[in-house]
Amino acid sequence: MVFKTEPFILNLGPIHPSTHGVFRMRVVVDGEVITDIEPVFGYLHRGIEKLAENKTYKQIIPLTDRMDYVAAMNNNLAYAITVEKLAGIEVPERAEYIRVIMSELQRIVSHLIGIGSFFNDMGTFFTPFVYMFTGKEKITDLLEMVSGQRLLHNYMRFGGVSGDLPPEFLPALRKFLREMPPEIDMYDRLLKENEIVLARSKNVGILTREMAINASASGPVLRASGVKRDMRKADPYSVYDRFDFDVPVACNGDCYDRYQVRIEEMRQSIRIIEQAAAGIPEGEVINPVPLRFQPPAGEVYGFIEGSKGELGFHIVSDGSARPYRLHVRAPSLINLTALKNMLTGWKVADVMVIFGSIDICLGEVDR
Amino acid sequence: MTTTMKGKQVFDMLKGELASAIVEVQDECLVVKPAKLTEVAGFIKHTQGLEFDYLSSATGIDYPDYFEVVYLFYSLEKNHRFTLRIRCADKADPVAPSLTCLWMGADLQEREIYDLLGIKFSGHPLLKRIFMWEGFEGHPLRKDFKNGF
Repeated sequence: MVFKTEPFILNLGPIHPSTHGVFRMRVVVDGEVITDIEPVFGYLHRGIEKLAENKTYKQIIPLTDRMDYVAAMNNNLAYAITVEKLAGIEVPERAEYIRVIMSELQRIVSHLIGIGSFFNDMGTFFTPFVYMFTGKEKITDLLEMVSGQRLLHNYMRFGGVSGDLPPEFLPALRKFLREMPPEIDMYDRLLKENEIVLARSKNVGILTREMAINASASGPVLRASGVKRDMRKADPYSVYDRFDFDVPVACNGDCYDRYQVRIEEMRQSIRIIEQAAAGIPEGEVINPVPLRFQPPAGEVYGFIEGSKGELGFHIVSDGSARPYRLHVRAPSLINLTALKNMLTGWKVADVMVIFGSIDICLGEVDR
Repeated sequence: MTTTMKGKQVFDMLKGELASAIVEVQDECLVVKPAKLTEVAGFIKHTQGLEFDYLSSATGIDYPDYFEVVYLFYSLEKNHRFTLRIRCADKADPVAPSLTCLWMGADLQEREIYDLLGIKFSGHPLLKRIFMWEGFEGHPLRKDFKNGF
């Protein structure tokens, strides 16, 4: 007797602990093997781009916090850099150094959460996650010191930052710089040679170099596939050209490589912060813009290397106090383009491992 | 340092029929006839010296007289960037060719433009709403969109 089989459609999400928010996938399975997937977006869509058209340039800064909410400083920075480019605003030296320190601290936070939830998805239920959060907590305290906020910092302004570093910040930062590298080494030591981790992530969910470029992937996802591209090196913004750091790359493009690239990037971020903290000059922290801020008419694209990839803002100005159009190049959304190719052929149990290794933030995907 | 290629520079490399596909040569970009977009994009992707292999972003803008779609390309090898634009003059039914045949990365971004601005991309494998729900009426990022609430 021959059994008749047919493809089965499995719905994953939107409420699912491993989707890092509200993300839904319609997965077509043949037995256990995935033959097709269709991602479904939009459960967190707040229309930030439309809201921005009705707000003044300054009022948009807090909106950017709410995109990638685990990397609010980076979003602030990308937006501030874009508007500064549009209006030709100079930023004081000290503010540039503060921005670099904040941006790199935020990158470590984002990677810690990314790695922590990646291991959650793999089934190591919350143990690595809590380890990561001890490290993350120290940075959150530092960021709270300067901005008064623990999650949505709203710290960058056009022409600088909202306030100078408090006197206790630099000593606390130096203490952090002493404590953090051994901690990163410990995370890595605990995880990288774990047999289960290796079995679940090595050679799983491979994204080839050609596919990564063709699908416009960026950030650690692109670099894990062997493309050495980091906007901090490729087109340095702020004062990144003054610091000595490496761009970690891996060659296999599997889940394990994406994890390794993130660990290595945290070490590089520490290196950048050390240099920035040593070289930070005295002086003003903001070059204030007028209260009624109206940039000239024009079109501009500004970008930074965010923790998830190239984070860009495309602003069209008609010379009024509100942008005519604001578009966000959201790395989290664009990194999901290749998801279908990465998942096809793998089993249902691998879906969350592969998906988690991309490290997206739904606030940024749906905006 | 990523250099930005000048519109004139790229225009001079386009020959014959492709040169006639250009509507306007701007300082740092070229405005292309919508019908010829895939040919011009294919040219800048595959031509020696240009090699724009990475489509970084695609954006739609609603201007009073037309819809504009802006494509930003990078060359990872040469480390330079370039912008192409198309203008859809038919505001009632804007149609543009899809770039998904050349760059998979255009997939979700074109869906986003379709959803929020209502520009239809012909040749897109799965052109449906991405952020708004199925059955939603109108396209929110259009300037004449009125919120129903």
